[in-house]
Amino acid sequence: MSRLELRDVHKEFSGVEVLHGVGLRGDAGDVIGVVGANGAGKSTLIKILSGALPMSSGAMWMDGERVDPRSPHDAHDLGIRTVYQELSLVPELSVTENLLLGAFPRRLGLIDWKAADARARELLVRVGFGAIDPRERAGRLSVARQQMVEIAKALISEPRVLVLDEPSAVLAGADLEALFALIRQLRERGVLVIYVSHRLPEVLQLATSIVVMKDGRVIETLTPGDTGEDELIGLMAGRRLEQIYPARRDGHGQVLHRVDGLTRPGEFADIGFELRAGEITGLFGLVGSGRSELARCVFGAAPAVAGKGAHRSPAEAIEAGMALVTEDRARTGLVLGMTVRDNMSLTTWHSTSRGPLLDVARQRRDVAAMVDRLQIRPAGCAPMPAVHLSGGNQQKVVLAKWLLRDPRVLLLDEPTRGVDMATRVEIYRMVDELARQGLAVLLISSDLTEVIGATDRVLVMHQGRITGELRSADTGEDEVLALSMGRPA
Amino acid sequence: MSAESARAPRRLPRLVVGGRDLTVEAGFTLLIVAFVAVAATTSDSFLTPVNLTSLLKQMVTVGLLSLGMLVVILTGGIDLSVGSIVAFAGIVTAGLAADLPIPVAMAVGVASGIAFGLVNGTLVARFALAPFVVTLASLTTIRGLAFVYSEVPIAPADPAFLDLGTAMVGPVPLITVIMLAVFAVGGVFLTRTPAGRSIVAIGGNAETVRLAGINVRRHVVAAYTISGACAGLAGVILASRVGIAQPSVGVAFELDAIAACVIGGASLSGGRGSVRATLGGVAVLVLINNLLNLYGVQSFWQQVLKGLIIIAVILVQRVNRSRG
Repeated sequence: MSRLELRDVHKEFSGVEVLHGVGLRGDAGDVIGVVGANGAGKSTLIKILSGALPMSSGAMWMDGERVDPRSPHDAHDLGIRTVYQELSLVPELSVTENLLLGAFPRRLGLIDWKAADARARELLVRVGFGAIDPRERAGRLSVARQQMVEIAKALISEPRVLVLDEPSAVLAGADLEALFALIRQLRERGVLVIYVSHRLPEVLQLATSIVVMKDGRVIETLTPGDTGEDELIGLMAGRRLEQIYPARRDGHGQVLHRVDGLTRPGEFADIGFELRAGEITGLFGLVGSGRSELARCVFGAAPAVAGKGAHRSPAEAIEAGMALVTEDRARTGLVLGMTVRDNMSLTTWHSTSRGPLLDVARQRRDVAAMVDRLQIRPAGCAPMPAVHLSGGNQQKVVLAKWLLRDPRVLLLDEPTRGVDMATRVEIYRMVDELARQGLAVLLISSDLTEVIGATDRVLVMHQGRITGELRSADTGEDEVLALSMGRPA
Repeated sequence: MSAESARAPRRLPRLVVGGRDLTVEAGFTLLIVAFVAVAATTSDSFLTPVNLTSLLKQMVTVGLLSLGMLVVILTGGIDLSVGSIVAFAGIVTAGLAADLPIPVAMAVGVASGIAFGLVNGTLVARFALAPFVVTLASLTTIRGLAFVYSEVPIAPADPAFLDLGTAMVGPVPLITVIMLAVFAVGGVFLTRTPAGRSIVAIGGNAETVRLAGINVRRHVVAAYTISGACAGLAGVILASRVGIAQPSVGVAFELDAIAACVIGGASLSGGRGSVRATLGGVAVLVLINNLLNLYGVQSFWQQVLKGLIIIAVILVQRVNRSRG
């Protein structure tokens, strides 16, 4: 008798099916690794498991009993706990309060804080996170520690199934070791762990079986001992990846945009660089270096105080053939509640009207062509609200919105953040192709490998200034990193 | 196995015609038909020509205000000043009717609404003030101005003043035709023009729209101006229909307009709302009023019942949406 079994689960949004009969099976003590490119249906599957979304059809069984969680609360009652990527702690409350919310020990009708702290500490120690002080305010903890509190919270009620969505994305070093130890401990206690992650080495190390999803289906179930990273990536992408980054480009053309002495006090000062046709220029900087602020300023979204090369408004920048893909899709890239079609046509509404009316037929054609060209999934997504798409596909929608304007200068701010490896490769290919067509590209990234591998030239920023300009072919990660920390290479 | 199937996922049926989801429209049609059926069977006076004509006329004021309100609500704002604009536009039109040709006086009334909307929009967009506060202030300012213009009601002597409000197009009052035309234009504006789509998008995420090179401020100003224009037109029509303009008319009209939008599924945080469903909301509101009047329900109880019915309709929608 399986701990958890899903049979033939279908899910549709606005008439578009995104899960096409997914099945999943696991016993007590198993760790099921779920991998797949963005848009494969992992997030939807998790939401169905945790009661956040109803399935359109299909069946779910737990320990031989048919179940149907209709809400997160139902799922809790069934013993299914989910830890999402996004943190849900109340930052103003202490760790103890967050952990015991609604179940405080009382004395004489009042909360017994001493007992509460003790219970919280005991809980943290039991799950191996004893380093966290239960009296600390949750908002003051590092993101990694907050994630650990989330996991501890999920374990309070001894769940039968624990779903972890990208649990390691923010963990490193000792914290990561603690998580792995905890998962091994949970296995011994008979918990079924569903581990969704982009980090394939971890999945290979932890999982007892690996489920590969693609385009809303489970295409393969593998045993870690019999497979490896290459095979998984190949399955996820539907093809073998010859190499991650396309070959470098040479013979760069004329200067399409020049920035000189650009300054915004408190953000960056005296910035100068050139963007040439056919060249991908990387811009690397640590958090706080001013890289995103610089891009926004060049695009006209924030006024420059001194210097040349910044547009006065986004409208002017767009008119001049510039496009900016921002780092935060949800807040500045998309109107999440609107359809994919509306989001993609946002930049072209005013330029493609016939008289006072939108040219709806042309809009539909353009959007369909972009969905096809960028391989956005699901293929019928045009009438779906953008919020229902996965991160990687949302990113492609943002890119499509700008490509419809035929830009000459493309500013990309962290275009692969939160995007799986297979989609990353697609994005690198796309950007390479655009550069070869004569676009000038600025690729801002905090990923060292990417900022060197996908570019021809790298600018390095440190505390609002450019501290180095290197040829990508002749430099290495250590040199770029050193410059970004203000040290001579 | 029967217990099992009871737990199996249940889906509300959706009505899709030619690839378009018409569930909401069908829902409203059903609701309105139900109201009419109940009214027709329980009251002798409901299906009389007099009552039906009066129903169609009553829809006009709240209808026009609701359409303007919808445009503002879509941007994520609110316009509390529409009731006061109704009073001001009406009293100015009636006052000027003595000296000016009546169509000119009426045009001035509508223009006053446009001017107030422009001021509201400018304060909200240029100075980044909260829409609630700006339009609350203009609610009291404009109401005051209406009384400053004339403390007493004005009834123009020229019978031509009543023409607009009494003319019929076949069996339908002219003003109802005007309202429906405004809704039709509004529907095309919001779904088929760059400006209309921009207004909807701004309510969803203003920063994304700004970075797409669209002038957010200008569109917000336009939204409040549209609302002001609708309110001005509603004021002129109301004065002409009743034959007398009162500075005290239109108190709490903004609440009916907001209610109609919300019944029509609009989100007060912006970005979501439909012209057709808002028209459905208007019809539901007016039918409720009419029914309670026909039953002779005391007016304070009418308020209570109206509130409860609004809650019920919104609850049904919410359940519908979360299951969808």
